[in-house]
Amino acid sequence: MTQSHRIQGGQIDRTKTLRFTFDGTPYQGHPGDTLASALLANGVRLMGRSFKYHRPRGPLSAGTEEPNALVELRSGGRQEPNTRATVAELYEGLTANSQNRWPSLRFDAMGINDKLSTFLAAGFYYKTFMWPKSFWEKLYEPIIRRAAGLGSVTREEDPDAYDKGFLHCDLLVIGAGPTGLMAALTAGRAGKRVILADEDFRMGGRLNSETYAVGDTQGADWAAATVAELSAMPNVRLMTRTTVVGAFDHGIYSAVERVSDHLLTPAAGKPRQILWRIYSTKAILAGGATERPIAFENNDRPGIMLAGSLRAYANRWGVKVGERAAVFTNNDDGLRTALDLQAKGVDVVAVIDSREGGSLLPGIRHLQGAEVIDTSGGLGLKTITVLQTNGRSETLAVEALAVSGGWNPNVNIHSHHRSRPVYDASIAAFVPGQDGPPGLLVAGAAAGQMSTHAALKTGRDAAIAALGLANGPDLPQAEDAPVCISPLWHVAHGKGRAWIDQQNDVTVKDIKLAKQENFTSVEHLKRYTTLGMATDQGKTSNVIGLAVMAELTGRSIPETGTTIYRPPYTPVAMGALAGRSRGKEFKPFRLTPSHHWAKEQGAIFVEVGNWLRTQWVPKSGETEWRQSVDREVLATRKSVGICDVTTLGKIDIQGTDAGAFLDRVYANTFSTLAVGKCRYGLMLREDGIVFDDGTTARMGQNEYVMTTTTANAVTVFRHLEYCRQVLWPEMDVQLISTTEAWAQFSVAGPNARNLLAKIVDQDIADAAFPYMGAGNITVSGLRARLFRISFSGELAYEIAVPTRYGDALLREMLAKGAEYDPIVYGTEALGVMRVEKGHVAGGELNGQSTALNMGLGKMVSKKKDSIGMVLSQREGMTTDTGYRLVGVKPVDPLGKLTAGSHFLEKGAAPVAANDGGWLTSKVYSPHLGCDIALGYLKAGDTKIGQRMRIVNLLAGLDTEVEIISPHMFDPEGERLRG
Amino acid sequence: MASLMAMTALGRREPTTVTHGPLTITERTDVALASVAARKVRIADLAQAAQAAGVPLPGPATHQQGTPYSAFWTAPEMWFVEAPFATHELIADMLKAVFADAASITEQTDAWATFDLTAPDLSPVLERLCNVDFRHVADGHATRTMMEHLGVYLIKHGPGTARIYGPRSSAESLLHALETSAHSVF
Repeated sequence: MTQSHRIQGGQIDRTKTLRFTFDGTPYQGHPGDTLASALLANGVRLMGRSFKYHRPRGPLSAGTEEPNALVELRSGGRQEPNTRATVAELYEGLTANSQNRWPSLRFDAMGINDKLSTFLAAGFYYKTFMWPKSFWEKLYEPIIRRAAGLGSVTREEDPDAYDKGFLHCDLLVIGAGPTGLMAALTAGRAGKRVILADEDFRMGGRLNSETYAVGDTQGADWAAATVAELSAMPNVRLMTRTTVVGAFDHGIYSAVERVSDHLLTPAAGKPRQILWRIYSTKAILAGGATERPIAFENNDRPGIMLAGSLRAYANRWGVKVGERAAVFTNNDDGLRTALDLQAKGVDVVAVIDSREGGSLLPGIRHLQGAEVIDTSGGLGLKTITVLQTNGRSETLAVEALAVSGGWNPNVNIHSHHRSRPVYDASIAAFVPGQDGPPGLLVAGAAAGQMSTHAALKTGRDAAIAALGLANGPDLPQAEDAPVCISPLWHVAHGKGRAWIDQQNDVTVKDIKLAKQENFTSVEHLKRYTTLGMATDQGKTSNVIGLAVMAELTGRSIPETGTTIYRPPYTPVAMGALAGRSRGKEFKPFRLTPSHHWAKEQGAIFVEVGNWLRTQWVPKSGETEWRQSVDREVLATRKSVGICDVTTLGKIDIQGTDAGAFLDRVYANTFSTLAVGKCRYGLMLREDGIVFDDGTTARMGQNEYVMTTTTANAVTVFRHLEYCRQVLWPEMDVQLISTTEAWAQFSVAGPNARNLLAKIVDQDIADAAFPYMGAGNITVSGLRARLFRISFSGELAYEIAVPTRYGDALLREMLAKGAEYDPIVYGTEALGVMRVEKGHVAGGELNGQSTALNMGLGKMVSKKKDSIGMVLSQREGMTTDTGYRLVGVKPVDPLGKLTAGSHFLEKGAAPVAANDGGWLTSKVYSPHLGCDIALGYLKAGDTKIGQRMRIVNLLAGLDTEVEIISPHMFDPEGERLRG
Repeated sequence: MASLMAMTALGRREPTTVTHGPLTITERTDVALASVAARKVRIADLAQAAQAAGVPLPGPATHQQGTPYSAFWTAPEMWFVEAPFATHELIADMLKAVFADAASITEQTDAWATFDLTAPDLSPVLERLCNVDFRHVADGHATRTMMEHLGVYLIKHGPGTARIYGPRSSAESLLHALETSAHSVF
């Protein structure tokens, strides 16, 4: 029968019917239902299997603390494991499947684990599966992981998007129960900017699940009216379906808003979830409290639920879990459940009250001083066994048992800065301690104020205190019942298993075992038994676990202490953490000025940081990358090649102390550089290791333009700013990056000057614009810059124009210089030519090499102080036997080299002790007709001309090589000065 | 001025305009930009010259509109000065003439991709992009912030009007981020 367990009342919309399936079976529910409430309304109590023993389980709760009713929601790429059915909002077409069972939920073959429980006690994996050692990783662990577990992860890509965002307010109110509503109302009416966030889709908290009045109306109606008033305030932002999951430094809170989880699919373009970062100097934690169960034998059967939750299903969702119910409580709040269920027409068979004395509930069989000692029912509760003080036990047939062991304030977020909760014996629970996150106040049940009146009052007062208000709204009348509880953590009867942590299958026996093995500290207890370590963070189990440990050790609960909580409060999807940063949008791209031209040519691009640089530009007929690269190198050296070098960092350095500043940051001298000239500079770290290199030009008396490597553009700029602002604030130096402002091209080759002469307006003959010249020029009247520098070893220039004209300049050079057959070369050809020339780059600037290692020791000027100069001279850095940059070529021209290979003397065993150094960069040189490489070789400068081996055990390479000068092409530099 | 044809940061000949719902994103290529940084202990000279030439020098986190020069604060004793590109393409030279050796001037026009955003209320889209309390800050607020990993300047001209300067080479990525947020929100 459809919705056989639906009763009257509740906050569901019965005018609409929603269809959904669970394990393939179709069911119906209504808007306002959760998956759990709808299943219970259809008489389905069995919703999952437990983690370790595969015990049949139904929902324990009606909220976020749920340890049992975990399902796989949706299917395909949208499948989400471990979703709590108790908070999954029902929608038309919802599909859910149970998890951690095979072949079906009702018959789970892995239920055999329950029979083998003796062997699977806490820490069993520390003691078993020890032999043989190699079996652990390959055999035991995979089997255990398959048998024990939660939902499965889909292999398909999540088709939905996740956003991130930033919010700011005067007051963040976490939780929209009576406390939070009253706090928000107080702040909202005072005109403050308020964010009220609640993880539920309906604000009101417990008021939606209770029957008592607030003021002269039902609590739920008061909540709805208050929400309506707040929603009309422009200064208040109401965020339903939003869980505040963490408190971080400086008043920052993170919150996950489930924008589309209650829809079949998100609307086009809309995200599934948003991860908000909320900035608020003041916040009120009004997260309420979570009920805890009592541990007794077989207390985990479907149908055994928290008393407040059973009440919530009846009152909020119009659902009775069974025809006959019983209540097991140690406090007055449990009695409410009995009264509410009875009022809803449920046959309340008995109230088993562990306390003695006090008044009896009228019209209900109220057994005082009694305990539930066992239950029966394979796939759902059938009977409970009750033991009374007179020693008489009886078995009662019930389908539902409401259990209340008291309520734990939700202190979680208050603990995110390591504040330890303190025990309050008057409510038998932990309340927030000292040193919580600055600016975070706690009010209502989260602060241990358990009555509705106290919630309203402390909510209002917290807002007044947080914001320094003079007063707040009048309080409506509300119940103010005291907490009457006599702690009962577990029923010490019977030898069976009594569950404490239902998600991780931790029992009272496991706690006893931990104690027996001396894991008595709560931190050890947690890790040894896995108590509270499941995705629910032990919301219903932690306090019972440590209370049982306290009993066993004879210590008090405060002495035993409690573990604390870390973010996130509830599980957060990886997608929400990633936001938009996934796939091709993982990071932004940087495109060079020649990108569009290169794309037209079918160029191959390579990622260099965020840049997409042209790697090579294939011509028709070229089927293999080497053909393109060889052609680009040969054409450049034969006539002229053009390369986009915009990616090199460019930093404008101005000020009357600019030259002196450069003398300090560079190892060599720049203050003496003539205006209109440039110089290669070497920058060291404080420890004397080479940091970066590049060419810096003096464009005016007090104006320099520094170029950096592409990779270090940002770090060098940051370093210079540090030097300017922190080390030498007295210097007159101003810095700004101009990397993106100028499109810069290297024009290299014997015809470089001839080509550029057709482009620029000035005379650039050798006499007018000599080697290492620099200056402002014009290109058809357009402001431009020209530098005569060479990375390739050719006669070469770098020409720069404002970036918007870069594309046109490239096309102009290719068109006007057509008679010289100019080609555009990419980073591969650039790499070949610089290795041929022996110039250092990324492989050599590896963060562990000195100028001396690179053969540039003389560049470190001793005539002045500069960063890194002193430490570059320290002992061990200057030995003659240290690494020196060398060139390498195979003795047999067909011999292969690979970067990363190690130098070995001929005949030496390939062991670390014989290691002579390594190859840092390797290319194929079309000019030399063989592989060539650069490398760091111990005392390499004394080994020029010698024969050695390079060995790479991973690549299976052992090649005889000749050590040569790193300057393998045009060593005299005649071409570049041509 | 030049015979070379300019290309926009988005790789087109003409600036791009994108509309989604109430939001319009307009690429601006008609703004000349230069940084002006005071030389050491020359701030008084700089201020005097600025006043004479009508270059505003607003306080921290502020943009000040003017004609032809507008400006926003970027760092202590440092501003970005805006002017119409058509008349001030040589903005760096023009400002050097104003400030002489009291300031270090650097052309920044093409270092940035410029987008103007308009909508009745930009807060919902900007709160998905950056950590700026756009709803709350005053008109004329100018700040450096991050949008999808990109360092940008955001200037609020009104509740529904803002300008973003983002790194020119990442113009496509920035526009994509802006459009994506617009689709998310509107």
